[in-house]
Amino acid sequence: MGYKIQIEDFNAILRELRRVYRVFAPVNMKGKGPYAGTDLVGYAEISKFEQVVYNQKTVYSAKEALFKPVETLFYFTEEEFKQPAIQTNKILIFVRPCDINAFKRLDEIFINNGPYKDNYYQQRREKVKFILMECGAGFDNCFCVAMGTNATDDYSLLLRPAEGFVACQIKDPEFDAYFNGFNDSMEITPRFVEKNNITIQLPQNMDIDNDILNNPLWQEYTLRCTGCGRCNFVCPTCSCFTMQDIFYRDNDNSGERRRVWASCMVDGFTDMAGGHAFRNNQGDRMRFKVMHKFYDFHKRFGYHMCVGCGRCDDICPEYISIVKCVNKLKSSSPGGE
Amino acid sequence: MTVNPYLPQSAKIISVKPQTAVDYTFIMESEIKPTSGQFVEVSLPKVGECPISVSDFGEGWFEMTIRRVGKVTNVLHQLKVGDVIFVRGPYGNGFLMDKYRGKEVVVAAGGTGLAPVKSMLNRSREYGGLTLLAGFKSPADVLFPDQLKMWEQDFNVILTVDRGDDNWHGNVGLITQYVKSLQLAKPDEVEVIVVGPPLMMKFTVQEFLGLGVPEKNITVSFERKMCCGIGKCGHCKIDDTYVCLEGPVFNYTRAKGLID
Repeated sequence: MGYKIQIEDFNAILRELRRVYRVFAPVNMKGKGPYAGTDLVGYAEISKFEQVVYNQKTVYSAKEALFKPVETLFYFTEEEFKQPAIQTNKILIFVRPCDINAFKRLDEIFINNGPYKDNYYQQRREKVKFILMECGAGFDNCFCVAMGTNATDDYSLLLRPAEGFVACQIKDPEFDAYFNGFNDSMEITPRFVEKNNITIQLPQNMDIDNDILNNPLWQEYTLRCTGCGRCNFVCPTCSCFTMQDIFYRDNDNSGERRRVWASCMVDGFTDMAGGHAFRNNQGDRMRFKVMHKFYDFHKRFGYHMCVGCGRCDDICPEYISIVKCVNKLKSSSPGGE
Repeated sequence: MTVNPYLPQSAKIISVKPQTAVDYTFIMESEIKPTSGQFVEVSLPKVGECPISVSDFGEGWFEMTIRRVGKVTNVLHQLKVGDVIFVRGPYGNGFLMDKYRGKEVVVAAGGTGLAPVKSMLNRSREYGGLTLLAGFKSPADVLFPDQLKMWEQDFNVILTVDRGDDNWHGNVGLITQYVKSLQLAKPDEVEVIVVGPPLMMKFTVQEFLGLGVPEKNITVSFERKMCCGIGKCGHCKIDDTYVCLEGPVFNYTRAKGLID
């Protein structure tokens, strides 16, 4: 069953929710866009339903709620390591199906890959619940349908904005109490995007071999890509990071160990002390990224890493399209056309 | 309380021994229990963290042979006996000792590649026979000179340098040319371990294959930038393989497909 709730009433519920949860949603950030006088749609804590931006895709994904661009792992004082306290608040995030599916990919790396769990990610992950946002007809550069990530049932609430009210589906009984006393006569089930304007042809029978390495298609990216890494930083599934130690300028006996987002497209990703490095040109890095998103993650975990949100294509200053790259790979590979 | 896999343990330096002008061997007091071929993440708070292979180990101690080439190692080389550093690990798979027990073993090591196999060479009696091919750039770069003398008493050691000098009377030339001269009675039964810089490994493996050593009998060890050591950070991934988890030691049948 679903609820039809006036916006003011919903904001009262939100106030109650915020006593227990930190509530994050896409909001319009005035003047924060990359160009002068432009806004940016990004994640921030909200206090009113009207703040939530439904009609645009966020530039950055919701991953930073769990995997921060810069995270302090330890504080150092002399010989001591101190782990910062992890936020104990529960978190509610307004998020689209592709991004909910993206969290499954992050879980795979941070929790399941290898014998150890990443405690920083996991402790936050256990506190997170999702509010499903529907996408209407979808957005530019989206190809979630082809990736099978257009739908999800991993959410607690579905909230659909309508004229003067919010249509709510409560899937998680933890939230029932907040909606007590409201009329639950409305039928509501999630509507997922069924068709995107963009289609992607995934090559079959691929292998990372010399044919892939020597495919001339990568050279285009050596020439076009500037190695800025924005494609990685906006990606909801990119999970790579680098360890970084710092000391405080006014007390060099104290400092921090941090982990910061890393990008396989940016210089230095594979550099080792002494000068050895792998994948020295942008074409090789594009191949590494594309194969990870559409081939080797699947080989290891059984499903593709890319969720088709299209943010990398939205953000690229050189108008490089990962979809076009994959389609070209399909047409130029032995298993292709 | 959840376990924090990034939390390092303190380890006290109990010996520092310069091998060359830029390679020092550190013996650490520590309870970690590595096996041959594994690595640890060494950290100096406020400086950084880096992967270093374990060159030897025993009860309550382990050893690393570290070249001064970067941010962390530059500072490490200034430390003295009694100083405390931090380590976490051991990580990686290491060499499968059972594979070599009783077999004719040939180890080809280039430069600092000798460090990760040192502990295996110290166990020469476990093999049916052992040959070490060790190559260095110049006589000044030769690691473990004392050990090399001891090893020469125990098994066949071929030491070579790329360029000799006036005082050098030993072999000169690349490891590859000495592979050719090996008299392998049964090449298809020999177990080979190759560790060194990427190009050295590539061409040395080719030479062994040329002698008739089967691919499955060749083991290599990879070097990558392993930031986390536990399969999270992504820096060491090749294809679907995380070098820090499934490696750094690989059978050549798998290693040959790992290209990046």
